Amino acid sequence: MIALYTRRRLINGINLTVALLAMLFGLFWLGWILWTLISHGFPSLSLSLFTQMTPPPGSNGGLLNAIAGSLFMTMVATLIGTPVGILAGTYLAEFGQRGWLAPTTRFINDILLSAPSIVIGLFIYEVYVVTMGHFSGWAGSFALAMIVIPVVVRTTENMLCLVPNSLREAAAALGAPQWKVVILVTLRASTTGILTGILLAVARVSGETAPLLFTALNNQFWNGNMNQPMANLPVVIFQFAMSPYEDWQHLAWAGALLITFTVLTLNILARFFFRQKSQSY
Amino acid sequence: MTRPFSPAHLKRQHLLDLAFRNTTRLFAFLVFAILAGTLVSLLIGSLPAIRTFGFGFLFSSEWNPVTEKFGALVPIIGTLATSAIALLIGIPVSFGIALFLTELSPRWLKRPLGIAVELLAGIPSIIYGMWGLFVFAPAFADHVEPWLTEHLGNAALIGPLFQGPPMGIGMLTAGLILAIMVIPFIASVMRDVFEIVPPMFKESAYGLGATTWEVVWHIVLPYTKIGVVGGIMLGLGRALGETMAVTFVIGNAHELSASLLMPGNSISSALANEFTEAVGKLYTSALIELGLILFFITFLVLSLAKLLLIQLAKREGKQS
Amino acid sequence: MNGTVITNPKVVIKDLNFHYGSFHALKSINLNIPEKKVTAFIGPSGCGKSTLLRTFNRMYELYPKQVASGEILLDGQNILDAKQDLNRLRAKVGMVFQKPTPFPMSIFDNITFGVKLYENLSKRDMADRVEWALRKAALWEEVKDKLKQSGNSLSGGQQQRLCIARAIAVKPEVVLLDEPASALDPISTAHIEELIHELKKDYTILIVTHNMQQAARVSDYTAYMYLGDLIEFGDTDMIFTTPKKTATEDYITGKFG
Repeated sequence: MIALYTRRRLINGINLTVALLAMLFGLFWLGWILWTLISHGFPSLSLSLFTQMTPPPGSNGGLLNAIAGSLFMTMVATLIGTPVGILAGTYLAEFGQRGWLAPTTRFINDILLSAPSIVIGLFIYEVYVVTMGHFSGWAGSFALAMIVIPVVVRTTENMLCLVPNSLREAAAALGAPQWKVVILVTLRASTTGILTGILLAVARVSGETAPLLFTALNNQFWNGNMNQPMANLPVVIFQFAMSPYEDWQHLAWAGALLITFTVLTLNILARFFFRQKSQSY
Repeated sequence: MTRPFSPAHLKRQHLLDLAFRNTTRLFAFLVFAILAGTLVSLLIGSLPAIRTFGFGFLFSSEWNPVTEKFGALVPIIGTLATSAIALLIGIPVSFGIALFLTELSPRWLKRPLGIAVELLAGIPSIIYGMWGLFVFAPAFADHVEPWLTEHLGNAALIGPLFQGPPMGIGMLTAGLILAIMVIPFIASVMRDVFEIVPPMFKESAYGLGATTWEVVWHIVLPYTKIGVVGGIMLGLGRALGETMAVTFVIGNAHELSASLLMPGNSISSALANEFTEAVGKLYTSALIELGLILFFITFLVLSLAKLLLIQLAKREGKQS
Repeated sequence: MNGTVITNPKVVIKDLNFHYGSFHALKSINLNIPEKKVTAFIGPSGCGKSTLLRTFNRMYELYPKQVASGEILLDGQNILDAKQDLNRLRAKVGMVFQKPTPFPMSIFDNITFGVKLYENLSKRDMADRVEWALRKAALWEEVKDKLKQSGNSLSGGQQQRLCIARAIAVKPEVVLLDEPASALDPISTAHIEELIHELKKDYTILIVTHNMQQAARVSDYTAYMYLGDLIEFGDTDMIFTTPKKTATEDYITGKFG
């Protein structure tokens, strides 16, 4: 009896210690990666990052065109993806009880949510780049929008499903047509939740590299034309980091720090929004 | 108390209702079309390669742009092997983290640790790649790989997996980095589902004198297995399709090698490295077929996960 | 089976059947509901009283696989007729739910939401209407200084009165109350019950409740339902003192249920 009890205590102790070690293991990597970023990226940070174009090897320069391209394509992707995602998510949540389309779409959306982003890049390459005959900012934006859509669909549906049915019934009971019920009451009740989803989508997209490789490609110069290949931070980082030139690698680290900082800030912002939302209920 | 219920007004509302419903429906259909479109476009793009190589494409390890002979075996194995390593390491560690966060952590530490896990998930994959190439791989080559070769290189069965020169880059490195990347995903799903276990279940087990470990292993884990499997599948999905982190460290060699320490290739990194530089229709088409295979594998994994979850959910429903 | 003859009824139910998929939830209900009175529906859980209530504004149509057949005549018009306009019906038949359902908007906008759907009122008239409805719901004095605040900021009892105000602001003819006080504390419940007394001067009120004292207090007529059947209907005093059926008596006296 005592022996059994001792053994149980021992097993408990060992396993809990292992759990603690697992936690430390996770923190260790996070610390290491962040430290690397800061120690490599910080010294390379300078004002010229934001004022100068990407340089040829061996000369000074910045990341202005890449930053602008990334911001621009992310913005366009969000502008395309958000309404599509909200409308599709609304269909799933509000009209999805009947028919085959909603369950199928829900299933497919879950798959798109985790689908490899490089395949999305291939898709846009096949249907847009090949058709138009050149890489372009539009292609990059479309590829990113494909990633925004499933995230927004998912959060919109989830948030709408959290709205109690009694609220829908109450609005319908006043004689409101369904479109007014949805737009004025249920979507409105989920605004903060959906906003969180959009922020998360933007965060996800800002760090994406793979789908841009063969859609937006890259551009060493300033380019405001969406029909031309467009510079963007992730692809520039990729090229510069893989290059043998040291000043390019420095720029890559500075870009990496910028991008990580942006993505993490967006994530924290989204959490903050969501906290507010859960408090109001 | 008569009010203006003009037929025109009512009719307009009906039309608007219909328009609204069909607009949302159209966009739901668009999501459906994206997937179908991806599949069809990849299929069309890979037709030349499929015609030329047939099923042999899947089993040939040759990859020669000059003679235009292509086979997918090396990248397929690379993708599967790195993902397997990632899960092998990722699952137990994630379980430990989730266990720590839900049962052991002091209350004041839970939030900061939770945020830390989410930060790990938020770091863009290209950062993992850079860190892996410039920092992790050299350290790994200097301190870990020689030890592995020395101690495991001659072991029975698994020995060949750990032979070869310590180069830092290779399948094992890629798998390890993937593990770090999937840990936050799996861990946060596990934590979330552990937290929804009704306290009375746990309390009644504690009331019988069970230890924390016994409560987690016998009560929490069985209760949450659906979510746990879902989380693991989510992690697997991410590992299979991950591109940038792997591209930096896998070595991009189209060679079949028994050792995990040797460079290899994965589907996604072959695409990332070669696609824009591919010359000739057949080369491009072979790469697109690789993409199709990757899409197919992830589709299969994710569908299986979903179907499994539906099955499990049905069974749970019957039990309660 | 009717102990009481209703002359000139507001609502006439003829052979009403209701199905949830294959489940037969209401079985050939026949009932006349008097105008400007309170009619209470009582019975154990699952007896179909809420289902019956939700047929009067066809709320069940929001969900698939729920089907009603038979006739419900409101002022002589069959509202189950496919040609009946749903939104118009619901503007005529107001409803208040078990739990308060303030919309995610200001108190003022909560009231105007329904009014705006069918009426074009000037700013002045709209403000008057809001005050009128809030006064009717005995809420005006408590909220007149904070009309711009969110409806969620009110207490549970106040929220429920806000929902009642919202329902009567559109000037319906029939008001459906689905256990309107079950989520409230005793004081708020008393408020609501007083309110029901006030409202029956102008409206035909149907209330579902599982609280028999409440039914006895607020209603003029009571219907007892069991397993989808209407067992007995009559004057509330009669149902609670000299019910004709033993089933009703057993339920009323607490022998079962």
